[in-house]
Amino acid sequence: MHVVRKTSYEQDMQLFAHRGVAFWYGVLVLAALLAPLALNTYYLSLLTFVCVYAVAGVGLMLLTGYAGQVSLGHAAFLAAGAYTEAILQAHGIPFVLSLPAAAAVAAALGLAVGIPALRLTGIYLAVATLAFAFIVEEILTRWESVTRGNFGIAVEPLAIGPLSFDAEWKFYYLAFGVLAATLLAARNLLRTKTGRALVALRDSAIAAQSFGVHLAWYKTVAFGLSAGLTGLAGALYAHKIAFISPEQFTVMVSVELLVIVVVGGLGSLHGAVFGAAFIVVLPQAIVLAKSAFGISGGGQAAVDSGVFGLLLLLFMLYEAQGLYGRWIKVRYYLELFPFYRRATFRRQKTYARTERLQ
Amino acid sequence: MSLLAIDNLSLHFGGVRAVEDVSFRVEPQEVFTLIGPNGAGKTSIFNLISRIYDAHAGRIAFEGRDITAIAPHEVAQRGIARTFQNVELFEHATVLENLLLGRHVRFRTRLPFELLFTPSVRAEERAHREKVEEVIDFLELQHYRDSRTGNLPYGVRKVVELGRALASGPKLLLLDEPSSGLNTEETEEMSFWIEDITQELGITVLMIEHDMALVREVSDRVLALNYGRIIAAGDVESVQAHPEVVRAYLGE
Repeated sequence: MHVVRKTSYEQDMQLFAHRGVAFWYGVLVLAALLAPLALNTYYLSLLTFVCVYAVAGVGLMLLTGYAGQVSLGHAAFLAAGAYTEAILQAHGIPFVLSLPAAAAVAAALGLAVGIPALRLTGIYLAVATLAFAFIVEEILTRWESVTRGNFGIAVEPLAIGPLSFDAEWKFYYLAFGVLAATLLAARNLLRTKTGRALVALRDSAIAAQSFGVHLAWYKTVAFGLSAGLTGLAGALYAHKIAFISPEQFTVMVSVELLVIVVVGGLGSLHGAVFGAAFIVVLPQAIVLAKSAFGISGGGQAAVDSGVFGLLLLLFMLYEAQGLYGRWIKVRYYLELFPFYRRATFRRQKTYARTERLQ
Repeated sequence: MSLLAIDNLSLHFGGVRAVEDVSFRVEPQEVFTLIGPNGAGKTSIFNLISRIYDAHAGRIAFEGRDITAIAPHEVAQRGIARTFQNVELFEHATVLENLLLGRHVRFRTRLPFELLFTPSVRAEERAHREKVEEVIDFLELQHYRDSRTGNLPYGVRKVVELGRALASGPKLLLLDEPSSGLNTEETEEMSFWIEDITQELGITVLMIEHDMALVREVSDRVLALNYGRIIAAGDVESVQAHPEVVRAYLGE
């Protein structure tokens, strides 16, 4: 077990707690960069999906995991990003402009939802965002002159100037780069004023307000940033799938995004990445399991939903900190072996709260 | 000039008169204590000053400026910090993060620069960290700096909450029952801190407290409330001996 002896305040602001941690992240990045050499196109494609979903996961994590605002409508922001990218590309706008535009459109939509959502919390907010996602889905289907309705839009392969992202490995690097930048920005945010304000908003809105946190402003910021990142993921998603239609952005997708943050571990950026890996790998694992047991036939979607639901339930009941929480425990177990005690992580009771805002 | 001037303040919840025509003045660097039985309207007055409730009638002025109708998050900017009766810490954050949040209104960093964690953001984080460390030293919280507040014992949490309020660098500190839930020793410590806060740091304290030993120890002036109305005001002895106060606590 590594004990850091701190000698300056700067050490608490660093990205990595100490050199050992930085080293292992370096190894991870190196492994990610070398992945195209070792993996075939199929597995690399899965890895690309993990990156894309992780970007959206970080977006939802900021909103739900850190600011404590539940959203069941994030598929709408994913769709906004995807459609903006597809439409702008069809009009010949270069990717370096269309990608920020996709994020900006989604963020603007996020602000539009965020402002009326200021008065709502908990289950009411979840239902309001759900309703919003239904509206967006309906608009995508009906506004045929722009979205081509249920025919969908074919998305051309991505190119930045002469550099074409036609091969899987090239697109993988792009997605990985976006994920790395997203994680860095999110990490920066969380170690500064705004990040602390979001956490304060989640843990005690009344205390946050008494210390000068403008609740409405920070809720709006959380919605805007979250939607913007999800839109960014949507733009990448459009290119990855190469075809988008309204049925790719249903409520099920919103639920998947929520599964990412809950199963990954609410309130941790690691969790967003773990959750994304989980959601990409699970359907593949189900397919493998089905063929291993000799079960044939369809119903994949039904089995996926069933298993998602079951796992979500089990995580809520037995591992509220998600995969990241489980990982921390495993790590402690190994570091402290044989002295690990279950009680180390026993959940503490919280005390009664004082007057709440209505 | 009085630091805090409250004039004819009233707060009604339907037919319940939580605060009724209350007026008092808090002078700079004194410890002013509100006492009274449960439901007397003490915390309601705090919540009116914090702008959590809208006053039905009356006026609250801080440093001569009217704050009766400002936005709730502006109260901290004016230099008023508070603690809560049942502790309202950010439970999933560390003590350090809680105290840094206490300095929220003093940060000047902007979102785009925070996302990039520019050198100016780093410098500001560092400067505020130094201020927070002063509070940590003052309240002897070094040992708990990196602990999650949700895991700390109740007594320590009360101190952390006091620390968060001090970190904001207030002119007026509102303490809602600082000794509730504390044992005798912790209460004793709390009384020393309150004295230090007024005498060393020069911060004015407006406090709600039930522990009469603590009230006697630290208060300069006391105001007794019952059913939202003032029943007595003055120094500790005279208020405690006031027949209305005795009746409010003991009944007829």
